[in-house]
Amino acid sequence: MSMEFLMATGIGALTAVGLYLILLRRTFPVVIGLSFLSYAVNVFLFTMGRLAIDRPPIIGSTSAGYTDPLPQALVLTAIVITFGMTALIVVLSLRAFLETGADDVTLGIRADEEPSVPHRDEVVR
Amino acid sequence: MTSQWLIVPVAVPAMTAAMLVLALRHSLTGQRIISVTATAAQLIAAISLYVLAGDGEPRAYLLGNWPAPFGIVLVLDRLAATMLLLAGLLAFGVVIAAIGAWDRRGRHFHALFQFQMLGINGAFLTGDLFNLFVFFEVLLIASYGLMLHGGGARRLKAGFHYIAVNLIGSTVFLFAVGAIYATTGTLNMADLAVKVGQVAADNQALLAAGALLLLTVFAIKSAMVPLHWWLPPTYGSTSPPAAALFAIMTKVGAYSIIRVYTLIFGADAGALADIATPWILPAGIVTLVLGTIGVLANRSLLDLVCYSVIASMGTLLIAIGLTSTAGLAAALYYAVQSTITSAGLFLLAGLLLKEQDGRGPLVRLPQPVLLYAGLYFLLAIAMVGMPPLAGFIGKFLILDAGRAASHMASVWPAILVTSLLLIIGFTRAGIRLFWNGPGVAETPAPRVAPMLPTIVVAGMITAVAMLSLLAGPVMNDMTATAEQVLAPQRYIAVVLRPRLASNLSGE
Repeated sequence: MSMEFLMATGIGALTAVGLYLILLRRTFPVVIGLSFLSYAVNVFLFTMGRLAIDRPPIIGSTSAGYTDPLPQALVLTAIVITFGMTALIVVLSLRAFLETGADDVTLGIRADEEPSVPHRDEVVR
Repeated sequence: MTSQWLIVPVAVPAMTAAMLVLALRHSLTGQRIISVTATAAQLIAAISLYVLAGDGEPRAYLLGNWPAPFGIVLVLDRLAATMLLLAGLLAFGVVIAAIGAWDRRGRHFHALFQFQMLGINGAFLTGDLFNLFVFFEVLLIASYGLMLHGGGARRLKAGFHYIAVNLIGSTVFLFAVGAIYATTGTLNMADLAVKVGQVAADNQALLAAGALLLLTVFAIKSAMVPLHWWLPPTYGSTSPPAAALFAIMTKVGAYSIIRVYTLIFGADAGALADIATPWILPAGIVTLVLGTIGVLANRSLLDLVCYSVIASMGTLLIAIGLTSTAGLAAALYYAVQSTITSAGLFLLAGLLLKEQDGRGPLVRLPQPVLLYAGLYFLLAIAMVGMPPLAGFIGKFLILDAGRAASHMASVWPAILVTSLLLIIGFTRAGIRLFWNGPGVAETPAPRVAPMLPTIVVAGMITAVAMLSLLAGPVMNDMTATAEQVLAPQRYIAVVLRPRLASNLSGE
């Protein structure tokens, strides 16, 4: 089984899992699904420089060849950005949960749906 | 030709935002002074750059002085200068309108505002596809903060939707960038324009997939059907100044569509020439129709404004989809006027509506009612495209361009019928707002609206009126812009072969 096939199925599986989780109606699976999607795209970007084993990312006189360094720089940027975004959306969904008492993603806000949850002012401040 | 001034619209907001966060975090007055000054500086820079770009010669700025396909390049041409000027004007109005009530509701409003301007200006100036992604992220991260500014349960829920949709959009952007890099080996837009035509036949499917994935991303940004559902809850539940600033964000999507599908996948792209054209015009018509239905079906003023923004994006996409010089020029004119008008409508809606947790049709009219009814009337006229304001001229130009491009059977009925329905929708909302006010028994104490946003709304109406008074000279500029956009050889030469290009232009 070639390495390309392994990478392609891996990216496909990550994307499928991410898409499935995003379509669920609770915020936690949606956040996890977004993380899966970002893993998929990171691996995808990485393979776009073509798969090469034991090659340095720089042209040298002693090595047989080189691997493209640019996708690695792109992946680094993408990782930083998606990490920040994931942190933000985690905090936001936590805050929304504390304010509304439900981690449902729907916009209809029913404050009296779960009476066991304390009043939001007491929770937040 | 290179110019050092191109970095100003990016550098000023970046440094201002950092200073606001680090040095002035406890002084709201200081934040206001610095933020307004910086926004005014950006407006002045945008005006100067517009004058600079007026000679028809694109200019490149090499970041770190790395030569073009290897480093990141900023490019100023007429299109970028027009959008910068629009962003500068809008930002100046919005930052003044935000002073007083809204920048006090939460912390760091002005810092987030400047970061958002950094992303918007950068997206208009950049000549690199991955750098466009980065600036998109900058403006999105800032917009998340602005969107949530003020807090509240409803805003948090809508914010979660907005962030999730845009995170998926960013992922799709990265997939598209990866596919394009894999087949061409470059991400510089000018370099891409050269290389897209030379891609080997067995790689073209992957490149086409990348190109259309990119269109999906821009469709999310520009609220193109069927990717427009995020807009009404987001804009409808955020604070009015933030919504007014977001009026330019849909235009960032439209700008990206124009830039990428004329420069990279334009007429010279070989097998992939005009790859997005079959999609943009039909999508624009459906967007316009659905936005109009939303306007008719609205239950609150903010819904009305949000769906009219979608309808105006539909009109704009139709004009872009005509892919003619006249269509593109009309699109730019319409984009400028609809941005200012929708920002004015959002600010006015904020003045009319009482802030509350849920979003309902609850209205408490400020005094004097006649003044605010008049402002609503003028903005509604501009939005639906009635004479004498610029919306009429914009739609008229689009119709004229549609006649020339033999799309008359689809474009004319779409725009004319929806204009009538928009008039009905806005009239109905106006009657409900100003004539069916609260009964005498429940009339609350007279409320005086804050002065600054009112002045800004009046100023925006004046700007739209000026746009229709000066329609002739403005359209000359827009036509020159469209001609420059549709003939990108000069742009490519300036970016990739700066020495040769400057030798050719200098005697």
